[in-house]
Amino acid sequence: MVIEEAVNGRDDMLIDGQMADQDLPSGFNPNFLKLYYAKLFPYGDIFRWMSYGNDGKHPACDKSYFSRRELSFTLENDIYLRFLSFNSVSELEKGIREKCPFKIDIGPVYSVDPAKRHAYAQSGENVFKPVERELIFDIDITDYDDVRYCCSGADVCLDCWPLMTAAIRVINTALRDDFGFRHILWVYSGRRGVHCWVCDGKARRLTNEQRAAIADYFRVYKGSENSKKKVSLTGHALHPFLVRSYTEVLKDLFEQTLLSSQQIFSTEDKCEKVLEMIPDESVSAELRGRWQKRSSGSKDNINAVRWEHLKHTLQSGRHKGQGLRRCVEEIVFSFSYPRLDMEVSKHMNHLLKAPFCVHPKTGRVCVPIDPAHCHEFDPTTVPTLSQLLQELNSGGMGQEGDNDWDRTSLGESVRFFRSSFLEPLLKSCKEEMESAYNSKLQQSKNSMTW
Amino acid sequence: MEKLVAELWKANMRHPQASELMSKDIISHFVLRLVYCRTEDLRKWFLSMETALFRYRFRLQSAEAQRAVLAEFQLPYKAVTAAEFEAIKDKLTLVARSINQTLPAADSIFYEVPFQEVPELVAGRRVFLSDGYAYVAMNQVVSLVATRFRSLLSKALTLTNRKWMSTIREQEKDRLTPIVEALSTSYVGPDYSVGREFGEVSLKDIDNVAKNSFSLCMRHLFDKGVGLKLDDAVAFWKAEFSQKVGAERFDKEYAYSIRHNYGKEGKRVDYTPYSCQKIISLTPSVGDHHGCPYRHFR
Repeated sequence: MVIEEAVNGRDDMLIDGQMADQDLPSGFNPNFLKLYYAKLFPYGDIFRWMSYGNDGKHPACDKSYFSRRELSFTLENDIYLRFLSFNSVSELEKGIREKCPFKIDIGPVYSVDPAKRHAYAQSGENVFKPVERELIFDIDITDYDDVRYCCSGADVCLDCWPLMTAAIRVINTALRDDFGFRHILWVYSGRRGVHCWVCDGKARRLTNEQRAAIADYFRVYKGSENSKKKVSLTGHALHPFLVRSYTEVLKDLFEQTLLSSQQIFSTEDKCEKVLEMIPDESVSAELRGRWQKRSSGSKDNINAVRWEHLKHTLQSGRHKGQGLRRCVEEIVFSFSYPRLDMEVSKHMNHLLKAPFCVHPKTGRVCVPIDPAHCHEFDPTTVPTLSQLLQELNSGGMGQEGDNDWDRTSLGESVRFFRSSFLEPLLKSCKEEMESAYNSKLQQSKNSMTW
Repeated sequence: MEKLVAELWKANMRHPQASELMSKDIISHFVLRLVYCRTEDLRKWFLSMETALFRYRFRLQSAEAQRAVLAEFQLPYKAVTAAEFEAIKDKLTLVARSINQTLPAADSIFYEVPFQEVPELVAGRRVFLSDGYAYVAMNQVVSLVATRFRSLLSKALTLTNRKWMSTIREQEKDRLTPIVEALSTSYVGPDYSVGREFGEVSLKDIDNVAKNSFSLCMRHLFDKGVGLKLDDAVAFWKAEFSQKVGAERFDKEYAYSIRHNYGKEGKRVDYTPYSCQKIISLTPSVGDHHGCPYRHFR
């Protein structure tokens, strides 16, 4: 199909979404998606990534590795195809272009080709099971709905997006400094959140129990309808990880950004919400009384002023309640600490959307985010499907070839993906593979007796 | 927990000879392996219970004994040098304070352990982590050893099950097999709580007793509760299984128990079957399935 036809619309292809170009800025429709898969989706990069070096010529390469990886497709009419697998990059491309999935998910690498799993079901010894899977995280801004006032539900804006930025910084630093992981990919989920893929061999081989432990290490917020105080930091001190997160990221986020962008103390209801987090009634009563008077301070910095009141009261030492020790931090954490979807991280067989998919509701591409510059990332300017196709169109039909994406805004993302993530990862995989191979060789040499 | 365990042990496990006591303890463990190896659920439950028991016993060992066990379990964990300690001391102190533990002193021993080995400590933020290593205090070492214990036991159970399925079950179809299989489907028996006298039961009678049912939660201590005569128990076990397991592994996996029961270190602790109420009220620190299976089992 030629681009002009998709944009202008041929009669027999007129569907609701056809006028999407004018009606919705996102421009998501199956025809556009078809073009995207024909010209822009980076099959080669995804294939090389998923192969983890096994697509090479080295004798240690496992030729079956890529074909044991599960993928799933969600089709236009919500039909869900699971346990798909492909033997090569060309099969992968063919499969995606044929089915034109609205969403592609990546699952684990299994012990055997998932498409052939039934052949092994009889032996009853659990032969079909996941053997490798990236350590993954999913952070969705709707999980913060009780503490963000600018938007709710599916919306996201520049006032609340800093919560995602903070989450990336806190988690990324811990993954590197505490856990020693090196090959970490952060991806925009396309609408209202971020995904994280930790791809070190060490991470891929983690058991479910270890994944759960890491997720629990990161867990601070224990939200539920019933409890008023969702963050409880007991103990005489904070764990070094929490101290670092607080001092390097969260304190400033709360005081410099959230206080004003979310207007945390601007109404009585909102104030009450914070006061409920204070376990000492006499303290909250004192503050409530003070704020009801509303004597001093202009409306402008009411949030900052009230926050100072609160901190001062809690940290003054006048009140010696048990639960007050870490109350200031608890409040800050409640509003800003990352809220992970625990279930996603805990199980090897959990699927996660592939990078470079297009989000059907927004038309935006799931592009990588650079954690070192995540404060500059703007979800409202992420390339959309129609935008990309326009760019492709205007770039002229001249140079066909592998690098069509380079003529579009997607180029920047693909290049970043390669240089920051893929190349270092593959280099490391190669080294690991060679060294493991060499030491095996050495071992067998040593054990040979004549 | 200590008091409960002491009472129960005193009531059911006493024997004039220390070595007999140890045998009874060890034999009952291996019998339970046989009964509990057969399905995923049974194995999971047994692993949970037995690991909790192990933890409890290990904690009572002296520091010397614990170090010896660590070495024996071949946990190649590096003790942190004085210089390394100085560099991270403030972080270790923060961690200790955050979990209300005693603060590390100059002579405190810490082990540097890959974080994968101590998932529980990581999950609870009870260790300082740096570059993939957890810094584990001596008193936390229990977790390390318990994980290794659990893993060894888990492998043994799988092996036991395989052997059971491939040869023993058939071989023993007229003797052990009906007992073992009845035990997994049977139901509540009498309350084997403290102070009850128990009649002697010989091997022949086990069939009947088994048919009259054992409580699911009592099964892991059925041997002690029923008061199987020691000689019979030895015959029962040795003839069928101990050969296959082998003396070495027996020793290795029970090193702690042997030391402990000979009273060479730690204090001798008594054990008895837990009564239903006690199990229900127990809240061990670890394990997916614990306490009363009727309450927690899915």
